[in-house]
Amino acid sequence: MQPTDISHPDYFHKVVDCQWACPAHTPVPEYIRLVAQGRYGDAYMVNWKSNVFPGILGRTCDRPCEPACRRGRVEEGNGAKPEPVAICRLKRVAADYKEDIRPRLPQPAARNGKRVACIGAGPASLTVARDLAVLGYRVVVFDAAERPGGMIRSQIPRFRLPEEVIEEEVGYILGLGVEFRGGTWVPSMKALLDEGWDAVFVGTGAPRGRDLDIPGRKEAAANIHVGIDWLANVAFGHVTAIGRRVVVLGGGNTAMDCCRSAKRLGGEDVKVIVRSGFDEMKASPWEKEDAMHEGIPILNWLVPKAFTHAGGRLTGVTFERVKATHDSGGRRHLVPTGEPDQHFACDDVLVAVGQENAFTWIERDIGIEFDRWGMAKVDPLTLQSTHPRVFFGGDSALGPKNIIWAVAHGHEAAISIDRHCRGEDVADRPAPQASLVSQKMGIHEWSYDNQVATDARYRVPLRDLSRALADIRVEVELGFDRELGFAEAQRCLNCDVQTVFADRLCIECDACADICPMDCISFVANGEEAELRTRLRAPAKNRAQDLYVSGGLKTGRVMVKDEDVCLHCGLCAERCPTGAWDMQKFLLEMAQAGAPCRSRPAPRKAA
Amino acid sequence: MTYLAKPKLHHPDLPQNRLGYTRRDYEGTVSTLCAGCGHDSISAAIIQAFFELAIPPHRVAKLSGIGCSSKTPTYFLGQSHGFNSVHGRMPSVLTGASLANRELVYLGVSGDGDSASIGLGQFAHAMRRGVNMVYIVENNGVYGLTKGQFSATADRGSKSKRGAVNTDSPIDLVGLALQLGASFVARSFSGDKAQLVPLIKAAVEHRGAAFIDVVSPCVAFNNHPGSTKSYDYVRAHNEAVNRLDFMPRRDEVTADYPPGSVVDVVMHDGSVMHLHKLAADYDPTDRVRAMNYLAERAARGEVVTGLLYVDARAEDLHYHLGTVDAPLNSLGERELCPGAAALREFNAALR
Repeated sequence: MQPTDISHPDYFHKVVDCQWACPAHTPVPEYIRLVAQGRYGDAYMVNWKSNVFPGILGRTCDRPCEPACRRGRVEEGNGAKPEPVAICRLKRVAADYKEDIRPRLPQPAARNGKRVACIGAGPASLTVARDLAVLGYRVVVFDAAERPGGMIRSQIPRFRLPEEVIEEEVGYILGLGVEFRGGTWVPSMKALLDEGWDAVFVGTGAPRGRDLDIPGRKEAAANIHVGIDWLANVAFGHVTAIGRRVVVLGGGNTAMDCCRSAKRLGGEDVKVIVRSGFDEMKASPWEKEDAMHEGIPILNWLVPKAFTHAGGRLTGVTFERVKATHDSGGRRHLVPTGEPDQHFACDDVLVAVGQENAFTWIERDIGIEFDRWGMAKVDPLTLQSTHPRVFFGGDSALGPKNIIWAVAHGHEAAISIDRHCRGEDVADRPAPQASLVSQKMGIHEWSYDNQVATDARYRVPLRDLSRALADIRVEVELGFDRELGFAEAQRCLNCDVQTVFADRLCIECDACADICPMDCISFVANGEEAELRTRLRAPAKNRAQDLYVSGGLKTGRVMVKDEDVCLHCGLCAERCPTGAWDMQKFLLEMAQAGAPCRSRPAPRKAA
Repeated sequence: MTYLAKPKLHHPDLPQNRLGYTRRDYEGTVSTLCAGCGHDSISAAIIQAFFELAIPPHRVAKLSGIGCSSKTPTYFLGQSHGFNSVHGRMPSVLTGASLANRELVYLGVSGDGDSASIGLGQFAHAMRRGVNMVYIVENNGVYGLTKGQFSATADRGSKSKRGAVNTDSPIDLVGLALQLGASFVARSFSGDKAQLVPLIKAAVEHRGAAFIDVVSPCVAFNNHPGSTKSYDYVRAHNEAVNRLDFMPRRDEVTADYPPGSVVDVVMHDGSVMHLHKLAADYDPTDRVRAMNYLAERAARGEVVTGLLYVDARAEDLHYHLGTVDAPLNSLGERELCPGAAALREFNAALR
């Protein structure tokens, strides 16, 4: 293999699994260290800059970082249940215990004369608004709802996300001089463009819940509700009760929110019934756990066939039992098992089987091209549509995802809009800012805590179930207190503190290979990657993780480090007699709209 | 050294031996030697060898004297018996322990100061008596604990870190061991575990005095140009006479070697050493030729490594003395006080 090019920012970025997995690339270990030090405000600002909604995401994020977390792999074979660091809930710790951070928010620059319209007041639009308002853009956010927040406010139940958290974090953005026009439905894109906005950002989400057109749907309509519409009605107080027996159809996170909300509004016998198997459900594992913890059964492999009704009133749902088979192409099909159909009697049904986009207000003849699924054609990198002034983001750009993706889109769209308004090439993307700084303080001292905690993941304390189910506005999770937050933060392996190897200093004494607790380091003859992976001290089976290969050493061998399960404990560097190993903090911050991304600074050379 | 304990976490795929132990179970506490010390590599090789042999850690006694090398037993086999003796007196303490309990595996760890200076006499007698032990000398040619004076194994003409030239003749412990009747003699290098680990395994299985001289660079005081015990010098002058594959008795022999390239040596317990010849004319079963070969090569400044001499049918001290088969601590009153009749019989034999 060729020596690894560690000067390319992607190499060490990939080692920070959580940050690499995060759509917004939040520097996770950086803020977790700050949480451990009790510097909650600093930790909050690291998040705020990167993901805009730390308090909201700290409760609701889909957390792509956690399945990626190295801690989960490291604990394999070492304990009963390998689990990642509770990254998401540590974000909440930062939000819960921070001091007043308002003095630290940026001051908007003088107005630059450019006007940007954001359609929809969800996370994507608000991110665009924040990034651009600071630069002096006049940003106006339109939303049909009276209050800003979009799906954050309308679809996420208050027992998961209290109102005051939304008010606070949306307020920080509006406080930057962003104008919000609530209760304003934008009826025509053509008319909007004619108003002469310099750019229009569409962040309207996926506002239409998919319906289920099976027999009985019309007859029993009074007691069949589309999940996200029902959740919005609950959130705004229009719906305050539901029948005693409730069936929720669908296996995604919306279904989980529906069943848990129903349980709080009078539903005593609430069930979730899903077409697929339990493991294939789209809902996050923890959301399924939360629902089951509240006494809600999840029934699988049942396809709804018909709503049953009597006298114009819903009486239940009939299901066909199926199983999964795979055809020769590996595609999965659900086929009936032939068992008799099952009928579940109920008073209300909530349909949460998916969401769709709706662009009825965008004329098809104004230069915005749509694909055959009714989605605007959007460049996935620049988020620009085929109309140069129109940009998309969040669920309305590339289909339903989640808040953190919406934020990531918002940042990229803001860069595109800024470049577009300055007459620069939108396709020319600014590089992230990366730095690599030695953490050495003394012979055995580092400016990070390199002792590895062996604690298992801490559970987030919950409110007593009887109290939690009694009031839909009472938050279920109490969050970590400071002590638990510290203990959980200590589980973080500091994967951003990189093992950096200088081959010219190495005397091949084997000290690093001997001390490495995870057998990551080998001194071997070089070879092709596939073959080299089998010859290391511990075979490097996880091909998703890179090998760090040095240049040739004096004996003709190379140093090969398998990044997979490195603890970043720094013992290799402590044991190295010549300083060939050093622990260096890699900090990568994504470019955001503004001065730094107008020029292109080259990434700093590694030491 | 480091102040941190090595984290208990280990690689998810860390293999287990026959006893269900991992290599990590054979470690000791974290080393306090200088970073990069060759001795730490030898400790790692010992850990690997005992892990691979699947020796129950509590059946091992590790004994040492004084010095950097003699500190190392703390850093491996943390679940084994240990004894830190007076400077240079490890061999006699070990001999006594071995006589008392012959069922343990005895591992003596010493250094060039401990064995070639203050303990030279002790070393000599352990070798000639054939005490059943592994005797490892971690040989760095320098007194590291007292800041780098030449030791008795430093080569004449080699330079100290300060630039002083050694004028004394060196003691070659391998040569002495051969002359004194050790029945397993090897030399290796701390920086070559592929060579060292099989040698330690074979030495553990050998019955009798097994001596391994391991050149182990002192990174702090003897790893500079002009030293003959530095990483660079040893790598440049290392002449391995053979490479060893050790096959414990239990393992089926599956390796397939080209004819003529390998000498198989069957040990007393049925274990097999496959010796790959690297020096065509070297015969590790011929003591006199081995001594000559070593002397010739040493005169050229070469460091000869490998299994230098083995007498697979050697007898040990217990055999020579006709001692009782069982460890002394397992003997009951009936065996220890056989009664008046046995005493009379014994006395009659002396008349």
